[in-house]
Amino acid sequence: MVGIVGYGAYLPRYRIKAETIARQWGTDPEAITRGLQLYEKTVPGQDEDTITISVSAARYALRRAQIDPQEIGAVYIGSESHPYAVKPSGTILIDALGIGPNVHVASYEFACKAGSEAMYVAYSHVKAGEMKYALGIGADTSQGAPGDALEYSASAGGAAFIMGSERVVAEILFTHSYTSDTPDFWRREGESYPRHGGRFTGDPAYFKHIMGAATALLEKSKMSPEDFKYAVFHMPNGKFPNEVGKRLGFKKEQLEAGWIVPWMGNTYSGSSPTGLAAILDVAKPGDLIFMVSFGSGAGSDGFIYRVTDEITKVQDRAPKLREMLDNQKTYLNYGEYAKFRRKIKLND
Amino acid sequence: MITARYHREIPQRYRLEAGKCLACGHLSFPPRLVCPECKAKKFETVTLSDEGTLVTFTVVRVASDKFSKETPFPVGIVELNGGVRVTAQIADANIDELKIGQKLRIVFRRIQDDGKAGILCYGYKAIMA
Repeated sequence: MVGIVGYGAYLPRYRIKAETIARQWGTDPEAITRGLQLYEKTVPGQDEDTITISVSAARYALRRAQIDPQEIGAVYIGSESHPYAVKPSGTILIDALGIGPNVHVASYEFACKAGSEAMYVAYSHVKAGEMKYALGIGADTSQGAPGDALEYSASAGGAAFIMGSERVVAEILFTHSYTSDTPDFWRREGESYPRHGGRFTGDPAYFKHIMGAATALLEKSKMSPEDFKYAVFHMPNGKFPNEVGKRLGFKKEQLEAGWIVPWMGNTYSGSSPTGLAAILDVAKPGDLIFMVSFGSGAGSDGFIYRVTDEITKVQDRAPKLREMLDNQKTYLNYGEYAKFRRKIKLND
Repeated sequence: MITARYHREIPQRYRLEAGKCLACGHLSFPPRLVCPECKAKKFETVTLSDEGTLVTFTVVRVASDKFSKETPFPVGIVELNGGVRVTAQIADANIDELKIGQKLRIVFRRIQDDGKAGILCYGYKAIMA
């Protein structure tokens, strides 16, 4: 049995309300909260980035797994906001957590699915028998241009998953990836903010790829939507994951536990991974979980997990995602937010 | 260029590694070559607790150029469980709520950078537990 042996998530404590952003740009707040189903989002502190978020999430994953960090053979961090263009984020994380130096490290990038890519490869290493444990992380301090629709959703957070074959808390039963050349969202080298194709990001991109991966995963597993207790899809806004769930035949009750986007925002590479962490926080032995990520460009990674008896032993060993989401919030006004996100041009 | 010094201090700044004197048990943080208590020269590496108590603090309102955009920010002396005291910035803090004696937890944060194109420096800060 190969799967997740430890998981952890981390969200910064700072928040900005969608209403605050809307008023700044003279937009109707109702249109955002009702149309996109976004109420507020997380904002990284001035001293937080993808690396510090990854370290916090991975520390919680280690606390749950209770393994020797030296036994981790690979560390992969998926993000579209790696602090360095050249120097893998994982090099700093391994030294912070006492992993390595005998370890394979890489940074992954695939828009919002870089985190599930990291999980996918970490899982594959363990399944192939190449190593005892491997760590896959999805984390971001997402970028959204001032005044753009993305500014209401682009948030910060991440989740870490240690894959192994002993004391597995969620066995991975099936995986499937679905990818094509679809220019729905991109950021060119040296640009500060991503660009997107507006409505083109919907049917030809998000829905096509998630449905492609999900349909293949259901066929491969010979399962149907009603077999699952929980499902989580990439969450660019509140509306899309509900809509794709409905199109695939999932019910609202199956999506609720992982549907954290209205109060967290889109943590890009951390989106479906943090949703999965929220589900694992409340899952019971025997539950089946259906997960499909989406990364613009475009592609989706799908996973089917079966929760084991071990889950109840680890759930309380580290903070739960909903606790971080609902408590200890510090709200920012737009000026503070612009300063925190370094949107104000300063002298060098 | 701060690269060499930063790299040398990684075990302390990232993982709170201290030197425990094999003769008298005194903890030195950062580690020393000679024990300040018994003058012995043999140590073992131990990792300090990431939990502690706020001993005292001040609020920096006029900072050096590198930290001037983060003001006001508190800096405190934290007594970690086990007795070692460290000086650390207290992150995410509501200054009005900070109180001597309160419980703190050490976290991993970005400390500074070596200019726009230089390295990023990470290390420990404290947050309210």
